[in-house]
Amino acid sequence: MMLFGRKLPAMSSLLVWAALWEVVGRMDLTFFVPPISAVFVTLFGLIQTTPFQNALGTTAYAFFLGVGFAIVIGIPVGILMGKTRFLDELLLPWVNIFISAPLTALVPVLMVLFGFGTKTIVITTTLFAIWIIILNARAGVMQINRSMVEMGRSFGASPLDAFFKIYLWAALPEILGGVRIGIIRAVKGVIIGQLLVSIVGFGALFELYSSNFLMKEFWAVLIVLFGLAFTISEFLGYLERKVSFYASAR
Amino acid sequence: MSQINPATLADARPALDSAVSVRNVSKNYGDVQALKNLSLEFPRGELTSLLGPSGCGKTTLLKIIAGLLPQSAGQIEVDGKTVTGPGPDRAFVFQDFALLPWANVLRNVAFGLELRGVAKSEREAIAEKYIREVGLAGFEKKFPHQLSGGMRQRVGLARALSVDAQVLLLDEPFSAVDEQTRRKFQEDLLALVANEKKTFIFVTHSIEEAVYVSDQIAILLPRPSRVSEIIRPTSFRGKGVDNIRRDPEYLDIVDEIWASLRSYVE
Ligand SMILES: Nc1ncnc2c1ncn2[C@@H]1O[C@H](COP(=O)(O)OP(=O)(O)OP(=O)(O)O)[C@@H](O)[C@H]1O
Ligand SMILES: [Mg+2]
Repeated sequence: MMLFGRKLPAMSSLLVWAALWEVVGRMDLTFFVPPISAVFVTLFGLIQTTPFQNALGTTAYAFFLGVGFAIVIGIPVGILMGKTRFLDELLLPWVNIFISAPLTALVPVLMVLFGFGTKTIVITTTLFAIWIIILNARAGVMQINRSMVEMGRSFGASPLDAFFKIYLWAALPEILGGVRIGIIRAVKGVIIGQLLVSIVGFGALFELYSSNFLMKEFWAVLIVLFGLAFTISEFLGYLERKVSFYASAR
Repeated sequence: MSQINPATLADARPALDSAVSVRNVSKNYGDVQALKNLSLEFPRGELTSLLGPSGCGKTTLLKIIAGLLPQSAGQIEVDGKTVTGPGPDRAFVFQDFALLPWANVLRNVAFGLELRGVAKSEREAIAEKYIREVGLAGFEKKFPHQLSGGMRQRVGLARALSVDAQVLLLDEPFSAVDEQTRRKFQEDLLALVANEKKTFIFVTHSIEEAVYVSDQIAILLPRPSRVSEIIRPTSFRGKGVDNIRRDPEYLDIVDEIWASLRSYVE
């Protein structure tokens, strides 16, 4: 953002919105919007409490496990789909259905199948993240230069070498892009899962705060979650830029 | 200048030692017939150019020899062994270089050896040697995107030389580099052929380039694809790189090839 001809640091526009929030909060228009300063005071108190830390712990656990599965399964499946016509024809319709499906509607079914606990949330998280990771990895290998593939073959690359030394790297910019979007979706997945199961992690906290109209706590937790999701996404964006130097030169 | 009809080639040069023999090879892409019953011998230690109009099957033939494409009929022998796929006796230099953009020059040059399981220190020592040989000393730690097109192709060439294959296959290796670099490349290529004692198979669009660098030029014509002529320049090879382009035989061959190709150029 530019102001009086000077470049302001990134995201300084947030300060304007924070100020606006503060003003609205102080006008006491609605219980729903307490002043942001009060929210932050609550936030700093809150993050030291055990319920919050437990919620953060279970959420992080489910999140990383879910994302881990999505990455470890999604990338190889995507690469294999991009490389084998047969697998592609077999799986692509399903991937396309799931990527656009309202997965939230599936969570109750998962709850019946896997119980009202972490297992369901991990699976929800994976389901939110995996499809875009698969599609991007697939697109990544499909754009690999034909001569790159022939180079591997002509120098006698074993299938494993070709996979780990050529295809994976050649598709890395797309793969990372997919992982970044997948992780953003996984944040949604883990929270939606917890909200629907509603006795685990932040889901339980949200349930508690909103049903008791504890708006400061509600906003504090929300800000923490938004902040975390944003930080993760920025970090992955940074990784993506680090490999972009060769993305155009492949 | 000696000119040999391909049909009588075997009788005319019975003692010829071939590194690569192409026998009655045909290749169909669906109903497109790219090669039809093509036979050609590649003498050991020499550079043979494949020259011909666009679409006559030069790349197809080169990739079949490399084992990257299966032929529809006929067979290829390298050193008397029938080709069934890629092998360590052949190395390919790609028109678009095919370098790993995430790896530096050293790793790229050593990559062929890496795929063959050669230990790191050993393959890097070999790579260093060929990096010097192609004139890229000092650029070992640079990445492909930091190099010019000509330098990238030197990396591709060094990679192919490092694996010490008997046969080098080059598909229009200089078409993506500028004219001055190209001339330097051609001179360097002559030196390589002389020093490396390898068999080079070289695809080019440029008549001058083919005549300048080749011991033998095979002229391919399309519809149906066949070897129409084999030309072996004789007199100017030993006269030094600076005199070739002024040599009367050089100029005659260039003219003659153009005369036989011009009717195929729309
Ligand atoms: N993968 C393919 N599928 C179908 N037809 C092909 C394929 N590759 C080549 N062809 C056809 O085979 C013929 C020979 O192609 P090839 O690439 O070998 O020609 P070339 O002599 O290398 O041409 P250029 O000088 O333009 O590189 C052409 O008519 C081309 O259209
Ligand atoms: Mg070609």
